[in-house]
Amino acid sequence: MTIDFELSPRIKATKNMIHMFAESAIRPIARHYDENEHEKPWDLLNMVQKFMGGGMAGAFGAGGEEKKPEGEEPKEKKPRETNLAGAVTIEEIFWGDAGIALSFPGPGLGGAAVQASGTPEQKEKFLARFSGDKPVWGAMAITEPEAGSDTANIKTTAVLDGDEWVLNGEKIFVTSGKSALEDSEGFVVVWATVDRSAGRAGIKPFIVEHGTPGMQITKIEDKMGIRCSDTVSISFMDCRIPKENILGSPEVVDKTKTEGFKKVMATFDATRPLVAAMAIGVGRAALDFIKETLKEEGVELRYGINPHRMTSLERDIMQMEADLKAARLLTWRAVWMLDNGLRNDLQASMAKAKAGLAVTRITQKAVELMGPLGYSREYLLEKWMRDSKINDIFEGTGQIQLLVTARRILGFTREQLK
Amino acid sequence: MVSFELDDEQKLVQETVSSFAADLMEPAMRESDESGEVPQEVIAKGWELGLLGGCIPEEYEGFGEELSALTGVIALEELGWGDLSMAMHLMAPSVLAISVLDQGTEDQKKQYLPAFCGEEYKAASSALVEPYYNFCPSVMRAVAERDGDEYVINGKKCLVPLAKESDHMLVFAATNPGMGFSGVDAFIVPVGTKGMEIGDREKNMGIKALATYPVNFKDCRVPLVCRLGGEEGCDFLRLLSRSRLALAALAVGMSRRALEHSRDYATQRIAFGEPIGSRQAIAFMIAEMAIEVDATRLLVWEAAWRCDKDMDFEKEAALAKNYAADMAMMVCDRGVQIMGGHGYIRDNPVELWFRNARGFATFEGMVMV
Repeated sequence: MTIDFELSPRIKATKNMIHMFAESAIRPIARHYDENEHEKPWDLLNMVQKFMGGGMAGAFGAGGEEKKPEGEEPKEKKPRETNLAGAVTIEEIFWGDAGIALSFPGPGLGGAAVQASGTPEQKEKFLARFSGDKPVWGAMAITEPEAGSDTANIKTTAVLDGDEWVLNGEKIFVTSGKSALEDSEGFVVVWATVDRSAGRAGIKPFIVEHGTPGMQITKIEDKMGIRCSDTVSISFMDCRIPKENILGSPEVVDKTKTEGFKKVMATFDATRPLVAAMAIGVGRAALDFIKETLKEEGVELRYGINPHRMTSLERDIMQMEADLKAARLLTWRAVWMLDNGLRNDLQASMAKAKAGLAVTRITQKAVELMGPLGYSREYLLEKWMRDSKINDIFEGTGQIQLLVTARRILGFTREQLK
Repeated sequence: MVSFELDDEQKLVQETVSSFAADLMEPAMRESDESGEVPQEVIAKGWELGLLGGCIPEEYEGFGEELSALTGVIALEELGWGDLSMAMHLMAPSVLAISVLDQGTEDQKKQYLPAFCGEEYKAASSALVEPYYNFCPSVMRAVAERDGDEYVINGKKCLVPLAKESDHMLVFAATNPGMGFSGVDAFIVPVGTKGMEIGDREKNMGIKALATYPVNFKDCRVPLVCRLGGEEGCDFLRLLSRSRLALAALAVGMSRRALEHSRDYATQRIAFGEPIGSRQAIAFMIAEMAIEVDATRLLVWEAAWRCDKDMDFEKEAALAKNYAADMAMMVCDRGVQIMGGHGYIRDNPVELWFRNARGFATFEGMVMV
């Protein structure tokens, strides 16, 4: 191997195809589904399901479809590019529109958790549905009213009663929760504690099927951006699920060990770079808009001259461009490591931290630079600014990414660096 | 196919230069900065690594590896990690050598390249930056006008490394003023040519051990054959971009060193009963430094990779260099901040990196990959 930034022909072809799709099928309807918050673009979603078999990234589940072998297999003859393909694809779709892209059917984060730590039986039972004719969604419920990034503080309980787990608690901010549970025959992966005294070691993920009695969607959030994607609260009241719906081992063997927790958290090593890729797609949309506008106005960007001779506009745009590229390269590095079986938790967090913040700033700067064109809902730029902010929040806020990064760089445990 | 893995040769270069930087450069850094002299024995040892001779073909007496900007930036990052003055002194000849190698006529290659393939360090100089606050390489004030069989160079240069120590200086001057980058050419001028006035050694805020000079050209006449690339001239923006890659790589290396220093200090320095790195105010600074060092390296790699692939890379090199200049200042500023008062004391190295870092906003030319 040698350092190379050229996408393989296969990924390039996919990228081009997805870009055309994003431009022709997603962009034109982006505004409608921003203004009409709780509607779903069913025609598009059905088409996506038909052509992509629900797999394609499904917003989060890149690789979920490609039937990747168990775990991280050691080096094989042909290097895998599944996660890189996912990142490239996601950038293109999100260039089209973040809200609509997030509403795409697929296994989502819940499916990713099943993929990462489910038994072969669980994978068979829960993942097959995503390749059917009809759109199906998977969702993940971690956050609670009083536990966001602090997942160890989860209060939802799971108690074993005979052959069933009984769930009780309240979950919020469940992406695609309505899609999974009401609009399709999907499921949600719910994180609950089997032993509150055990802290993180007691927290386990459980698969809850749509239509399970005792589970109810209590609120559909109205949001600043990504409005096409539904975000819901779910309450669990004596919600009974089969014993075998737990992901990973039910044992809380050693309270100091949090292997199970870590294993599922490892899902984030795959999903964080993909969230970074989402941000990059939106940032690129904003940058493209600026460049096209300037081109129409006959404004030339003078690359290569010294910064102190640039206009403030040129300097801003070049900074945005470099930031975006830096975020993309960090993201590609993180997924490349994953594809090659290398531990990438540090690099995944670095990519997410960089991309989330960079694109939040890029889109804000873009609205500023474009003046009334930026602020007007006539154009999509203001929407991208609202949409992109979520990337610095969900899947671990920028600050959480910095914590993870700092702990690794300093060699500190979570107790040493809180 | 996308990959971030160094090939075997690059790994070897990285390891070799890295040990050289740690064993010989870094220990000599402080004294060298205070005395204003690079240790000649370190330069001699550095020359033995063959970084420059390595990319010169055998027909010009080199060791025949292919010129690779990517391998170059990997090596320069390690040199930058060791010490900036020594790195720039060691690699100062690269501007003339690589410019000739990349764009010289056959005669020029034959004439100038073998000198850089010997066992002993061979100094060479280059004059690009000019002493004006708004200096920009595309608006060069130094001019070279053709007069019969000669070019006549007029103008002022500064930050000219090793002017007095070298036999030759690559002088950049506008042959078509007002034409931007494409109006600039380069001339291989023997040091001592009439009309070339080398002033007293400059005193700069950083890179204090690197000997740089102001040079004035007053009707300095050179024969036509001194023009790089002969009749056709040269692609100045390409050369400038190659030097920007080199500077950016040095910035990455030096910043990485500052990051490592900050990391170690933050884990060892106890305040309020625990390491200062246990506080998010410090830890987050370090996390951001780490992210930006890596981000810049990847920007530099990508631009260098484009260069090696014969793709357009000028825009990418400019973005990477400007990004690197900002990053280096941010990282080295935090390096001082994290040490607090200790960071301000010259017993510690961070103030040296801090002074060096600002230079990347001004440096152009001076080194090349």
